[in-house]
Amino acid sequence: MAFGGLSIFKNLDFSLQAGYRHAIVGPNGAGKSTFVHLLTGLLRPSGGRVVLDGRDITHATPQQRVQGGLVRTFQLNTLFPALPPLEAAVLALCQREHLGGLSLRSLARRPRQIEEAWSLLERFGLASEARRPTGLLSYGQQRLLEVALAYALRPQVLLLDEPAAGLSTAQGHALFEQLATLTAGTTLLFIEHDMNLVFRYADRVSVFAGGDVIAEGTPTEVRSNDLARKAYLGH
Amino acid sequence: MTPHEHSYFQPSTRWNRWEIAFWLAWAAAYFIPGTNLPLLTHILVWGLFAMSLDLILGYRGIASLGHAAFFGIGAYAAGFLAKFGWTEPLSGLLLAGITAGLTGLLTGRIVRGLHGVALLMVTLGLNMMLYDAAQRATDITGGDDGLQGVALAPVLGLFRFDMYGHTAYWYVLTVAFVLLVLARALVRSPFGLALRGARENPLRMLTLGAPIERDAILAFGLSAAGAGIAGALLTQTTQFVAPEVLAFQRSADVLTMLVIGGLGRLYGGFIGALVFVLLHDTVAALDPIYWYFWIGLLLVFIVTFFRQGILNTLDKLLASRRGEAV
Amino acid sequence: MAVIATMLFNGLAYGVLLFSMAVGLALTMGMMRFVNLAQVSLAMTGGYLVVVAMPHFGLPYLATLPLCFVLVALLTMLLERWVFRHFYGADDLTQVLLTIGLLFMSVAGAAYLFGPSFRPMQVPDWLSGQVPLLGLMLDRSRLFLVGAGATLALALFLGLERTRFGAMVRACVDNPRAAGACGLNTSMVFALTFAVGGGLAGLGGGLAVTQLVIDPNFPLRYLVYVLIVVSLGGTGTVIGTLLASVLIGIVDVAGKYYMPQAGSSLLYLITVVIMLWRPNGLLQRKGMP
Repeated sequence: MAFGGLSIFKNLDFSLQAGYRHAIVGPNGAGKSTFVHLLTGLLRPSGGRVVLDGRDITHATPQQRVQGGLVRTFQLNTLFPALPPLEAAVLALCQREHLGGLSLRSLARRPRQIEEAWSLLERFGLASEARRPTGLLSYGQQRLLEVALAYALRPQVLLLDEPAAGLSTAQGHALFEQLATLTAGTTLLFIEHDMNLVFRYADRVSVFAGGDVIAEGTPTEVRSNDLARKAYLGH
Repeated sequence: MTPHEHSYFQPSTRWNRWEIAFWLAWAAAYFIPGTNLPLLTHILVWGLFAMSLDLILGYRGIASLGHAAFFGIGAYAAGFLAKFGWTEPLSGLLLAGITAGLTGLLTGRIVRGLHGVALLMVTLGLNMMLYDAAQRATDITGGDDGLQGVALAPVLGLFRFDMYGHTAYWYVLTVAFVLLVLARALVRSPFGLALRGARENPLRMLTLGAPIERDAILAFGLSAAGAGIAGALLTQTTQFVAPEVLAFQRSADVLTMLVIGGLGRLYGGFIGALVFVLLHDTVAALDPIYWYFWIGLLLVFIVTFFRQGILNTLDKLLASRRGEAV
Repeated sequence: MAVIATMLFNGLAYGVLLFSMAVGLALTMGMMRFVNLAQVSLAMTGGYLVVVAMPHFGLPYLATLPLCFVLVALLTMLLERWVFRHFYGADDLTQVLLTIGLLFMSVAGAAYLFGPSFRPMQVPDWLSGQVPLLGLMLDRSRLFLVGAGATLALALFLGLERTRFGAMVRACVDNPRAAGACGLNTSMVFALTFAVGGGLAGLGGGLAVTQLVIDPNFPLRYLVYVLIVVSLGGTGTVIGTLLASVLIGIVDVAGKYYMPQAGSSLLYLITVVIMLWRPNGLLQRKGMP
């Protein structure tokens, strides 16, 4: 991957085990978000391949990857400010079912999507705010919606970019607890800074630093890894 | 799920009393003695034009400074059809709309990657090129003197286009109503929701797997078709078409009307057209140069105090009275 | 050959005018992302200042030019403080509508104050006629423009690159929030940049009196050109604006000479093509210089 004169991930070989919860940690600027952009197709690699479930998706568009089951969330809330959570959820569900094409049938005539949207919001504790414009929700609620919309797509692989960013410790733990329950069986890849969350919920950890993976293994293995510790003491 | 929860989308699908009152008023206006039917027809045409722009600007958030191009294409298409013997109005209208719509699809494809300044400049540039071409090709378009020989057969074989504008009024009113019903259904469908989502956050739509480019191009095409039909209506009811339908000033006017009335409401275009045309009519009696002063002042005023436009501002006022969060 | 060279030269002179009118817009768009379409109205103000002040106060042409700059700069500063400042955060469409409204009002205002027809200008002797140079017969007025333009561009460039204020301007264009966080008085920098940009537009108007018609419709005629220059040149860059202005100047002059029936369509075509190819402007960047 090349950014102007800067080249990163020169020899990156990363594999994600199905059903595992894999955490990516590392100091700021290590390339964690860039990595997720590469996986989801928002950035194109200058070389190498991205393979999902045996299929080569290196040249697939972001939308194609989503349809293949690879869904992500963003570190900064990327939501629809004017739309209420209910509409946003119905929107996500309609996209999942490919119902968003040219049509004159009113949304009111889509009871299945509406019903599923309500239960989705209830699962994430957003039912009470379902009708208010997303822009008016609290940060924590927006963060929940950020994850909920990705979850609504029934992903095979869910990429979460710092899902607990900006949340209090308690809120972060609550979110992860909920995710753990809801996504049992789904492959999870999450970037996190809170090491407690990482050690509690991750099956495997990869440590990124300076545009490369410098350590990988179970949380315990990584905790005792010298290189990893050095990378963190630096920040 | 409670019936209350289930019915979230229903109120917007039902016709509320303001909408019914709006259309009844237009119908009633015909029977009021002394009404200026050609003026009202003119307002309806422009309202339809503005509504078509609302589809891409209000609902999809794509700013086009060249929408008059589609209006003009529709106008000229209807004109040429009538001039060369295809005098049946409804089919002519449809063909004009399709022509404009296809051009819209092409334009949507051309500008699909653009935002901000680049988008404004390309749409503006294309509009101005078309206007220039129409002005210069005087042997084809008749130049500023207008297309000669535009004559239309009676609507449905029964209603002749009379001098007083009776037929024209009902013709335009009916077409406007039909198009509004169609547009209304469109924006309340999942497609409409997808357009609004792409307006709010295209990146998120991308990561929801939404085909935002395809949707935007379709919206462009539909919007262009609507503008083309409005243009065709103008030609058919005035039996005249000249290059000024393509002028940049028309693009600016329709944008102004839409902003005055309010984006994203479909009716905003009609309200804005009403205000704009009435204002223009009043002021044009004075020195035309002063028109610029009043429209300029109106723009500054609207942008400062009523940026959301009349309908959205009213909506907010009513909602805050009801105690809802806005 | 001589014809082509003369045409290039004339295009260059025209480009200087466009540069002067457009550079303020490019800077304010780059710095506070403010689309000020009324920029061309400021140019018109400068033009009217010259054609009115010269006969009225009996001032020589050269003296009116600095006056154009200063007075229009002051006017722009007032506009910035009273009006524009409140719309810095607003979306593009809002700013476009606001400044178009102001532009329309300026058109009516000029018609009211000075009448609807153009003001003829008494070109001073030292600017009339032609001068043989490099084997060509070049208009004195255009030579003056090119010279003035070169001086202006140089002054701007040095001002931005060598002075402290210039450094502040560049910082604010690059990243206004970071600049503010570093302690820069962004409010003042914005106001002064606006003022200088406006003053330059006024100066451009004053310089234009020997070439272009000064009448109330001036802003409407030249708005498109200024927009084309800024979009092709890229926002926030002086060099980009200069390159684009010269390019547009030459293309327009050449187009009107070789294909008079195409009119300005050549220009629009080139704009469309370039915008599709390079949406961020010819230099594909949005920053200084």
